Amino acid sequence: MFKIVDKKDLAPTLSRFDVEAPFIAKKRKAGNFVIVRATETGERIPLTIVDSDTEKGTITLIVQAIGKTTHIINSMEEGEYFLDVVGPLGHPTPIDNFGTVVCIGGGVGTAEVYPIAESLKKAGNRVIGIIGARSKELVILEDEMGQVCDEVIVTTDDGSYGMKGFVTDALKDIMNAEQDIKGVYAIGPMQMMRAVADVTRSEKIKTYVSLNPIMMDGTGMCGACRVTVDGEMKFACVDGPEFDAHAVNFDELLARNNTYADQEKMSLEAFLQEQECKVHDAQTEQYKYKD
Amino acid sequence: MRKQNNTNTKTNGKVNPLKPSERMKIPRHMPIEQGAEIRIANFNEVSQGFNYDLALEEAKRCLECKNPVCVEGCPVNIDIPGFIQLLLEKDYQAAIEKIREANYLPAICGRVCPQENLCEIVCLLGKKREPVAIGKLERFLADYEMAHGKFTPPAKAESKNQKVAVIGSGPGGLTVAAELAQRGYDVTIYEALHEPGGVLIYGIPEFRLPKHIVKEEVDRVKALGVEVKTNVIVGRTITIDELFDELGYDAVYLGTGAGSPNFLNIPGENLSGVYSASELLTRVNLMKAYKFPEYDTPMKIGKRVAVIGGGDVAMDAVRTSKRIGPEKTFLLYRRSREEMPARIEEVHHAEEEGIEFHILTNPVAIHGDENGWVKSIECQKMRLGEPDEKGRRRPIPIEGSNFTIDVDTVVVAIGQSPNPVIQQTTPGLETTKWGTIIVDENCATSREGIYAGGDIARGGATVIQAVADGKRASVSIDDYLTVKRGEKKKHIEKAPVE
Repeated sequence: MFKIVDKKDLAPTLSRFDVEAPFIAKKRKAGNFVIVRATETGERIPLTIVDSDTEKGTITLIVQAIGKTTHIINSMEEGEYFLDVVGPLGHPTPIDNFGTVVCIGGGVGTAEVYPIAESLKKAGNRVIGIIGARSKELVILEDEMGQVCDEVIVTTDDGSYGMKGFVTDALKDIMNAEQDIKGVYAIGPMQMMRAVADVTRSEKIKTYVSLNPIMMDGTGMCGACRVTVDGEMKFACVDGPEFDAHAVNFDELLARNNTYADQEKMSLEAFLQEQECKVHDAQTEQYKYKD
Repeated sequence: MRKQNNTNTKTNGKVNPLKPSERMKIPRHMPIEQGAEIRIANFNEVSQGFNYDLALEEAKRCLECKNPVCVEGCPVNIDIPGFIQLLLEKDYQAAIEKIREANYLPAICGRVCPQENLCEIVCLLGKKREPVAIGKLERFLADYEMAHGKFTPPAKAESKNQKVAVIGSGPGGLTVAAELAQRGYDVTIYEALHEPGGVLIYGIPEFRLPKHIVKEEVDRVKALGVEVKTNVIVGRTITIDELFDELGYDAVYLGTGAGSPNFLNIPGENLSGVYSASELLTRVNLMKAYKFPEYDTPMKIGKRVAVIGGGDVAMDAVRTSKRIGPEKTFLLYRRSREEMPARIEEVHHAEEEGIEFHILTNPVAIHGDENGWVKSIECQKMRLGEPDEKGRRRPIPIEGSNFTIDVDTVVVAIGQSPNPVIQQTTPGLETTKWGTIIVDENCATSREGIYAGGDIARGGATVIQAVADGKRASVSIDDYLTVKRGEKKKHIEKAPVE
C-alpha cells in the first residue's frame, strides 16, 4: 500500500500526487518510471517519476485522466492509498554537459520532460524549454520549467496563451536562431514526438523520445511494449523508455497502441456513466432530505 | 507441531492384503475430470483428482518394491511407498506430512509436476501395465488436508539470528524460504509483481492450477514466519549489494525464473494481435482479463487464433485462448507430435478441447491488414531429419510448401529467457552467454553468499526442478551460514548431486 500524502489538481484532467515510496524515491533518476496499480481490479499502468523527496520518502507523479484507469487515479485523494507501486523502472536518461539542449513537453509530457530538464541544467547545459498544450488551462509546470531552463517558450494550439501553434513551430524558430543545438528531448503525444523527429532529422540533431507503448508488468516479462528501433525489436520497459527518435518506427507503434481502443472506450464510458449515476443518486438523496 | 511418524513402510500383507499378481490386475484409475464440452466454456479446474474410493483403490496397486525406484525418480526423493502405505491405512494427515518432509508444495506439485516422466516412468508396474498414479495420489492427500483445514506448520529449529533474502516467489523461492525458515533462519521473499507465486500465479492457468491453491501454499510458507514483500524489483528498487550491506542479509537465493519472452524474428511479429504467451497468460491469470470489464485489464482474442510452440506454455496458451471463445484455435508446431516437449496429459486435454494441431508446420511470416492488425500467418511445411544433440529429430523445411492460414490473433510460445536485471546490477555475478547464472552442483554462484536455481540457472525447466534446486540450495546455504557463524559445517558432503 502506497499512501498519497499530497494531491493537487493542476488543470482540468491533470493531477499531481506525492506518494510514499521511500526506496523508489532514493533510487530514481530522471527518465525512470513506475508501474501503478491503484485498485484491486485495476490495470497496471506506467507513470513517469516527475520528482522525488528522499527526506520525506515520496515520489511525485502527474496524471492526465484519459481512460478509466487514469480517471480512477485522479479521483483518489490525499490519505488514500495506491495498492501497488513498483520501480524505478527503465533506463535513466543519459545526462552529460552537452552544451545547448532543447526539452519539449507536450500536454502531460511536460511533467515527464521536467526532471530531464532539471538534470540537464544541473549538469551544466544551457536548457531551452518548450511547453505545448491545446489551450491555456492545460499548460502545466510553467514556473517549475522556468526555474530549470534558461528560456521557456509556451505554445498553445488555439493561441489562448503564449505562441499560437505547435511545439514544432517553436522548435523551428529555435533551430533558426541557434547554431549549435546538441540535443533535443521530446516527450508528449506520439504524433508530437514523431513531428519533432521529422523536424530534427535533416539537421541531424540527436533527438530522444520517451515512448509510451502499452505496458503491463513493466519488468520485461510480457513483451507488450515491444517497439522497432533501427529495425530491431526492443522492449520499451527494459531497453527504454527513451530511444533515438530518428530510429523509431512510429507507424507500427501508433497501430499497436490502438490495439484496445474499443475496450478502452467502452470501459471509460461505463465508468463515466456510473460516476454520473452516483452524482445523480447523491443529488436525489439530498433532495429527499430537503423535502 | 507436527507429530512424528515412524511408520513402518513394510506392512506388506496387513494393510494391503492383495498379492502382487492381484495388484497388477487392477487397471490404473482415471481422475474425475470436467468434460471437454463443458470445460472449454469456463476457467474452472479441469481435473478434480481422485475421491476417497479412487485414491484407496489406486493406492492398492503399489507393489511396495524393496528397492523403490520411484523415490529415485522423484527429483526431491519423496518417500512414495511410505506415503502410499499411510494412505492405505487411511492416516491421510500422516501421509501428507510424509510428503511435506520432502516437498513443501504438494498441492502445487501434485497438479503440475510431470510425474509421467519422473517417478511414474520408472514405476515397475509400468513395465507391463500402467504405473501407479503417484501424482494424483499426492494431489488427493494435499486436497484432503486443505479441505479439512488440518495444516499445522512443522516445527522450527531454534533461531539462528541470520537473515536470508530470497529473490522471486516462484516454486524455487518458496521452497528455499520454507526449508530455511524451518532451519531457524529469518527469511524474506522479495517479489517483483503484486502477488506472490511467480509462474504459478502469472503463468499456469486457473484451469490447471487454481490460484486459491497457490495462495494457500504461499500462506503455509508465511506460517513459518517467512515475510513476503511484493512490488520489489531486486536490481532496481534495491540491489543485491544493498541487501547485504544496508539490510544486513547473510545470504541471498536467486530464484527469478526465466521471464523474458522469446520471439521468432519473422516479419509481422509486431502487428496488433500478436502476443507473447507470457503476455496472454499474465493478462488472463494475474490481471484477470477474462473477467473484463469487471477487471480493467483488456484482452483481445479474435475469431481465429494460432498459437506457435509445442511446450507446456504453448498448451496453456492455446487452451486459455480456446476458453475466451474463438471460432477456431490452432496449434502450430514445427516438429511432430512425438517431439512435443509438453506433458502428454496436456496435449490430450488440448486435443479433447478441439484444438486443431498443425504439426511439422513452421511459421515464416505474419501478414497484416491496412490497420496493422494480423490477418494471416504464412507457414512452411517441414519434414523430420536426423536427431539433434538432444535426440529430438531436427525439422527440415520442404521447399515450395508455403501456405497461409487466415487468423486474427497469433500467440508466440517458443520459450523464455532469463530477465537480465539482477545480472546487470550485481558485479561479479558470472553468467553464461544465454544470460543464465552460472552455479556449481551446490547452487553456489561466483559470488560468495549468493545462490541460484531453477530457470535462472537452468534456462527452461519445470516446477519440480525448481523445487529440487531450492532444496539443494537450502542445504548449501545452511552450510554456508553455519560456517559463517563459526560452527562446523554439517552436511555439505550429503548434498545431492545430479
